[in-house]
Amino acid sequence: MATINHADIQKNIRSKVIKNAVLKWLFFLATMVGLVFLVLLFYRILTQGIGFFSLDYILSFPAPYPEEAGIFAGLMGSIGLMLIVAPVSVIIGVSTALYIEEYAKKNKMTSFIQANIQNLAGVPSIVFGLLGLTFFVYMFNFGYTLIAGGLTMALLILPVIVVAAQESIRSIPVELKEASYGMGATKWQTIRRVVIPAALPGMLTGTILALSRAIGETAPLIIVGAATAIYTTPDSIFSRYTAMPIQIFNWTSRPQEEWQYVAGAGIIVLLIVLLAMNAIAVFIRNKFQKRL
Amino acid sequence: MTKFKGFALMCMLTLVIGALAACGGSDNGAGAEDGSSNGSEGDQVSGPIAIDGSSTVYPIQEALTYEYNKEHPEVNVTVNSSGSGGGFKKSTKGEIDLSNASRPIKDEEKAQAEENDVQLHEVELAYDGLSIVVSNENDFVDELSVEQLKQIFVDGNGATKWSDINPEWPDETIKIFSPGHDSGTFDYFNEVVLEDQPMKEGENTTLSEDDNVLVKGIEGNPNAIGYFGYAYYAENEDSLKVLGVKDGEDAEAIKPSPETIQDKSYTPFSRPLFTYVNVASLKEKPQVADYVEYMMNNAGSAAEEVGYVALPEEEYQSQWEELQGMIEE
Repeated sequence: MATINHADIQKNIRSKVIKNAVLKWLFFLATMVGLVFLVLLFYRILTQGIGFFSLDYILSFPAPYPEEAGIFAGLMGSIGLMLIVAPVSVIIGVSTALYIEEYAKKNKMTSFIQANIQNLAGVPSIVFGLLGLTFFVYMFNFGYTLIAGGLTMALLILPVIVVAAQESIRSIPVELKEASYGMGATKWQTIRRVVIPAALPGMLTGTILALSRAIGETAPLIIVGAATAIYTTPDSIFSRYTAMPIQIFNWTSRPQEEWQYVAGAGIIVLLIVLLAMNAIAVFIRNKFQKRL
Repeated sequence: MTKFKGFALMCMLTLVIGALAACGGSDNGAGAEDGSSNGSEGDQVSGPIAIDGSSTVYPIQEALTYEYNKEHPEVNVTVNSSGSGGGFKKSTKGEIDLSNASRPIKDEEKAQAEENDVQLHEVELAYDGLSIVVSNENDFVDELSVEQLKQIFVDGNGATKWSDINPEWPDETIKIFSPGHDSGTFDYFNEVVLEDQPMKEGENTTLSEDDNVLVKGIEGNPNAIGYFGYAYYAENEDSLKVLGVKDGEDAEAIKPSPETIQDKSYTPFSRPLFTYVNVASLKEKPQVADYVEYMMNNAGSAAEEVGYVALPEEEYQSQWEELQGMIEE
């Protein structure tokens, strides 16, 4: 008869409980590191920028005097950019993911493509700026316009969207797809009715992250010719434009101290737009999650 | 099969771009960009003006275009700040009308312009005094000669500690703060001090394209030295000490100030800020000619407003007369 050695178990359990508690606090600490810095950042930006943040500020163009400067041109430019970047990058990105996951044979060629897409995600953004300059500005002859900037940004975030979409497609239980085929559905019907709805939440999460990156990028936009001072808002995709990060970057590099506060107000506007974008994405995600 | 699918993917990409381009093209008719109609009925000018170049010169152009836009809202001015070199890359291809620069055009850029049949005319907008500064906490240095600056900044010159330059100075490592290699300010410093020899690099050197980073770095460190435009010193007078510069061992040490910068006694660091006018634009686009006239009349006050030093009034006049001659040619 096997006897239970209570003393031994007691000892084991105690060490496991301690281990558990230590790890829990370690992970909690890790979470707090990010949060604390985020709060500090928010606090600094709010205290610095709130003085200049007003409706006038949102509706004014760049100006040489801090009291008159505003972010309207940048705000409209950034929204214009997002209107191009979001559809282009999502359509191409999701199509790429669907092709690789659903259609492509699992051979060396596919894994080669796969590896390259993942590498692309790590390429410095300025390289995409140079690519955009060569292709969109010169080869397609778009000039230094909104569409050239938008397509460059779309390329920049494409790898992130592809990888996120692939992951979410892969995480769909194979039984769901098999059931669909079993009912006699074609490949396309399965993709449209099963794969895309099931993968949508994951795709949207990736898209939010990617678009957040795009709206904050400065370097590639400077290369593809986004203006710093401009007194009109874009009225077509072939308009000259500027974007919020460019305005903010310009203000922070000024010698006079007031400009730092103007830049702070710009960051507040940028954060508001970012939050609004995320809210829209969360809304869409929740809507689709309920349907399944 | 894989090949075909790849091709299909490409098609899709082109289609999307094409569709976007098409839908944009339709409402472009009334678009602002389509300002090639340089209607110059009377004084009413319209159309686009594209300005790019140095971020040092940018504040002057921003001040000018801001006021100009109030008077001429139908002229679409855009000012970019992609750096002196970035500006010349575009202006030597004839893509922009005015190219701002914090250094004179380089020979290879001139050759590029000639190759593309672009004629650029140099205009001085203002002066800046490249200021050599240390922290207010530094109580031993008040002036340096250009020769000593070379010892401090040029790589391999032996002086890594303040005591290497003057035995009475502390036995501490010199911390260098310099604008990055892409900036016109660095180019100018390179010409005067480094003379194309490499600058010291490594753990004791901080490079930044953001002059405010340099200001912050120098402020708190008594062993730091750095340089940037006069405006950044003027804004931080309380925490920084500007050094007098001796151009030669026996010369008098001169500190930068609006007066010494304007009369050029602050040598060799009193530097002009330029804009290069595309002569073809000046002749063919009435809005560019109109803006250039406005610029030459107001550049002095705009420069002072943003922290630079104006040229003597007659120099703006003589430069404008020269430009006027070109327009009428």
